[in-house]
Amino acid sequence: MRRNGAFALVFNGIFALFMVAPLVVVIGVAFTPEGYLEFPPSGLSFRWFQAILDNPDFIEAAWISLELGVVSATLATAFAVPAALAIGRGRFAGREGMQALFLSPLTVPTVVLGIAFLRFLSLFDINGTFVGLVLCHAIIITPFILRLVLASVAGLDRSLEKAAISLGASDWTVFRRVTLPLILPGVVGGWVLAFITSFDELTVTVFIVNPSTTTLPVRLFSHITQTTDPLVASISTVVILFTVLLMVVLDRLYGLDRLLMGEGAR
Amino acid sequence: MSVFSSSAARPWLLSGPALALFASLLVTPIVMTVLLSFREFSFYGGISDTLGLSNYIEILGDGYFYEIFLRTFLIALGTTVLCVLLGVPEAYFIHRMGPLWRSMMLLVVLGPLLISVVVRTLGWAILLGNKGVINDLLTRMELIERPLKMMYTSGGIVLALTHVMIPFMILAVWASLQRQDPDSERAAESLGAGPVTVFLRVVLPQCVPGILSGSLIVFSLSASAFATPAILGGRRVKVVSTTVYDEFLNTLNWPLGAAIAVLLLVSIMTIMVAWTRLVERRHGEALQ
Amino acid sequence: MSFLDLRSLTKRFGDISAVEDFSLSVAKGEFVSLLGPSGCGKTTTLQMIAGFINPTSGSMILNGKNLAAIPARARGLGIVFQTYALFPHMTVAENVGFGLEMRKVPKAERKRRVAEALDLVHLSHLTDRHPQAMSGGQRQRVALGRALVIQPELLLLDEPLSNLDAKLRDEMRLELRRIHKEAGVTTLLVTHDQDEAMALSDRVAVMRQGRLEQVDTPFEAYEGPRSTFISGFLGKTNTLRGDLLETTESGSRFRREGLILDGPVAHHIPGPVEVCLRPERIDLVEADEALVSGIVSERIFLGNQWLFRVDTPLGELMICRRNRGRREAEPGETVHLSWKPEHLRILPVEVQG
Repeated sequence: MRRNGAFALVFNGIFALFMVAPLVVVIGVAFTPEGYLEFPPSGLSFRWFQAILDNPDFIEAAWISLELGVVSATLATAFAVPAALAIGRGRFAGREGMQALFLSPLTVPTVVLGIAFLRFLSLFDINGTFVGLVLCHAIIITPFILRLVLASVAGLDRSLEKAAISLGASDWTVFRRVTLPLILPGVVGGWVLAFITSFDELTVTVFIVNPSTTTLPVRLFSHITQTTDPLVASISTVVILFTVLLMVVLDRLYGLDRLLMGEGAR
Repeated sequence: MSVFSSSAARPWLLSGPALALFASLLVTPIVMTVLLSFREFSFYGGISDTLGLSNYIEILGDGYFYEIFLRTFLIALGTTVLCVLLGVPEAYFIHRMGPLWRSMMLLVVLGPLLISVVVRTLGWAILLGNKGVINDLLTRMELIERPLKMMYTSGGIVLALTHVMIPFMILAVWASLQRQDPDSERAAESLGAGPVTVFLRVVLPQCVPGILSGSLIVFSLSASAFATPAILGGRRVKVVSTTVYDEFLNTLNWPLGAAIAVLLLVSIMTIMVAWTRLVERRHGEALQ
Repeated sequence: MSFLDLRSLTKRFGDISAVEDFSLSVAKGEFVSLLGPSGCGKTTTLQMIAGFINPTSGSMILNGKNLAAIPARARGLGIVFQTYALFPHMTVAENVGFGLEMRKVPKAERKRRVAEALDLVHLSHLTDRHPQAMSGGQRQRVALGRALVIQPELLLLDEPLSNLDAKLRDEMRLELRRIHKEAGVTTLLVTHDQDEAMALSDRVAVMRQGRLEQVDTPFEAYEGPRSTFISGFLGKTNTLRGDLLETTESGSRFRREGLILDGPVAHHIPGPVEVCLRPERIDLVEADEALVSGIVSERIFLGNQWLFRVDTPLGELMICRRNRGRREAEPGETVHLSWKPEHLRILPVEVQG
C-alpha cells in the first residue's frame, strides 16, 4: 500500500475543513439562543427551529419544492428513459446531435435558461404557474437522468435481450422483464438525483415563480439577500439534514461512489 | 412489433416525447431570447417590434458593462486556478488512500455537491462577514485589529465559488487518475524517481486531460454562477448573471438583459470551443 | 556464493499468510522462475524484492547489500510489469531514458545508452513513437529496454508474457532468452505458465500456498517431482493411490486394487503412498507383455499427438502417443499397457488442508 506523507495528511485535513466549514457554521448558528448570528453558539436552543413553524411562508415554499421535485423528476424520467435507450444503443444519423441537445441544459448558462423560460412562459401567460415550473424543471434535470441511464444502458449485455427474443418475448415484454430491471438502478438513481437538483434549483426558478409558487430556495434566497438571521440558518439546517437523508437513500439504491464517480469507481 | 424493431424510425419514436419537450421549451425560448435581444426598449413604450443592434451598441459602448464582464471572467479564472491548485493534489491524495478513508473523504469532498448552493453560500456569508466567524477568530487571536473586508469583495466570491466548484475538478481529475496504470508509478519508483518526481513527471502529465476538462467545467459554471455572487456580492460587486437578473426583474429592460445574457452565452461558448480545439491539438496525439 | 539470497522471507496480511518462510539463493547471471498457480504468493515475493511491499520477517541480500534497508527507488532493479506500465505521455526513447535521467546521466551518454538498449530489444526504428501506437509485443520490448538500460543487478519479470496472444508469446519467449543471454543479467521471472518457466529458466522454483515446494532445473523438477502437486502442475500426470508393500535395494513393490506392481528404488516407509506416471511413458504393447489392459473410453486428437483415456483395473489412465500418421485405437477397443518400473514416481500422500 502506498502511503501519503505528512504533507499530504496536513493538506488533506485543511481541505476537509474547508469543505465542511460552511456547513458546520450554518448548523452551529441554527442552535443559537440569541436573536442574531453567532458562532460558536453561546447555548443550545431550538428556538429558531420552532420559529420555522411560525413562518408559514417557508413551510408552504417547502411543500411547493417537494411537489415540484417529485412531479418534474417523474416527468423527466418518463421522457429520458426511452430517449436514453434510443441513444444508448441505436446507431442512427443525428444520434450525437440528439444527445448534445438533451445534455445542453448543463452547458447553457442557467441565467440564460431562466430568462428564456420567463420570456416564453409569459408569452403564453403561464409564467409563475406550477405547470410552467414543472416543464422548465423537467428540462433542467433531464440531463442528470439521461447520463445515469445511459451509463446503465452501456453496461447492459445486449445478448440478454436477444436471448429473451429468441425465447419468444415481445418487444414490450423484453423491456419490462429484461431491460428495465437491469437498468433500474440507473433509473432510480437518476430520479433521486433529478429530484435533489429540482429541489435545490435557484437560478432558473427565480425568474419563473410568482408569489404563490415560490419555492424554498427562492424564498431562502430572497430572505438572505435582505437579512441573514438565525431563521435562515435553522431552515438551511433542515435542508442539509434532508439532503443527507436523500444521500443515504441514494447510497443504498445506487451507490454514492458510483453516482458521483461514474461506473469505474472502486 | 418486429417491423418496428428494425425500423429506422424507432429511435425517433423513443425519443419523440423528449424531443418535443426540448424543441418547444428549450430551443424555441432560446431563439426567442436571441430575437428579444435585438428589440428596442423604452420606458414609456415598452418593447418595440423593430429589430436593431441598439442594445449591443449600448453594452459595447459602456465601460460599466465592460467592467462587469471583466470582473465576471476574472472571478471565473481565479476560481478555476484555485480549483486546479487545490483540487489536483487533493484528488491525488484521495486516490492514494486506503479504501475506508477514501470513501470518507469522497463523501466530504463530493457530498456538498448535492447540498443547495444557497445553503452553502449562506455558510460562507456567516464565515466571511465583518462580524463573521473568521474575523471573530482572528480578532480573538489578536492577529488583526480591524476586521478584514471579505463580504462584498471579488475575493470572497472566488473563495466561495471554489468551494462550490471544486468537486467538479476533483471528479474530472479522479477520472483520469482511475484510468492510469497504478504500476506506472511503481515503474518510475523502481527507476529511481522520488515521490515529488513521480507526481510531477508521471502522474501529473497523465492527469492533464482531466485537469483541462475540469477547468472548462469550472470556468463556464463560475462565469454563469448566480446565487453565490448575488449573496456575497450583492449590488456592490455585480457580475453578468446578477446584472441580467436586475435588468429583468428590477429595471424591467428585458431586451437589454437579453442582450447581456446572449453575450454571456456567446462568450462562454466561444471560450469552450477554443479551449477544446486547443486541447485536442496539443493532446489529441499523445493521449487517448 | 549466491548473488541474491532470500532467507525465511515471510509476509502476512493480518492473519493471512501470503508468503511463509521462503528461502532461495540465485547465482549471478542465473535465470530463475517463480512458478505457481495464482494466489500462491509468487507476486508478493516479487513485490517484496522490488520494495513495494515490506516483508513481515526474513532477509533479502543482493550482492552483499541488505535490500530491506534500501527504498524501492534506490534498489536499482529492472522491473517489467505485467501491464508493462509504460508512461503513456512519453515516447519510447523518453520511456527508456527515464531511469538514466533519474540517475543524472549526462545527455550525450544517455542518448547513446538508450540507443544501445533499443538496439538490444530490436526497436531502434520506433524511438519517437508513443506506447499507445504500438502492438503488445512492441510495448513488451520497450518495457524490457527501459528495465535493462539502467544495467540492473537484478531483473524482475512479473508475468511479462501473459498479456500477449499465444503466437506472440512463443516469439517473445525466444526473444527473452536471447536478451537474457546477451545482457547476462540475473533474472527472476514470476509466472503461472509452466511451459514458459521450463523453456526460459535455469531453475524453476515452484510455489504453493505461500511456500516454496521445490527448486530444481526444469528437467529435474519434471522428472523428479517432490509432490503430486508439482507432478501435476509441471505437465500431465496419472496419480494412483496405493500401498507400498516393501522396498529393497533394487526396487520396490506396490499394490493397488489388488494388483501388485514393481516400482523404482524408494526410501518411503511401507504404507499408503501416491504413485505418479507420466502419460507419455506408457507404451501400448501386445497382450502377453502387458502389465495391465483396459478399454479406450475417450480419444482426443491434438495434431502432433493423441490423447487416450483408458479404463483399467488400476483406474482410469491417461496415455499420450506421438502422432505417427497411423491408425490408433478407437474408443471401445481393448489396449494393453506397459511401462518401466523406473518411470513410476513414489510420493508421500498429500495431506489435504
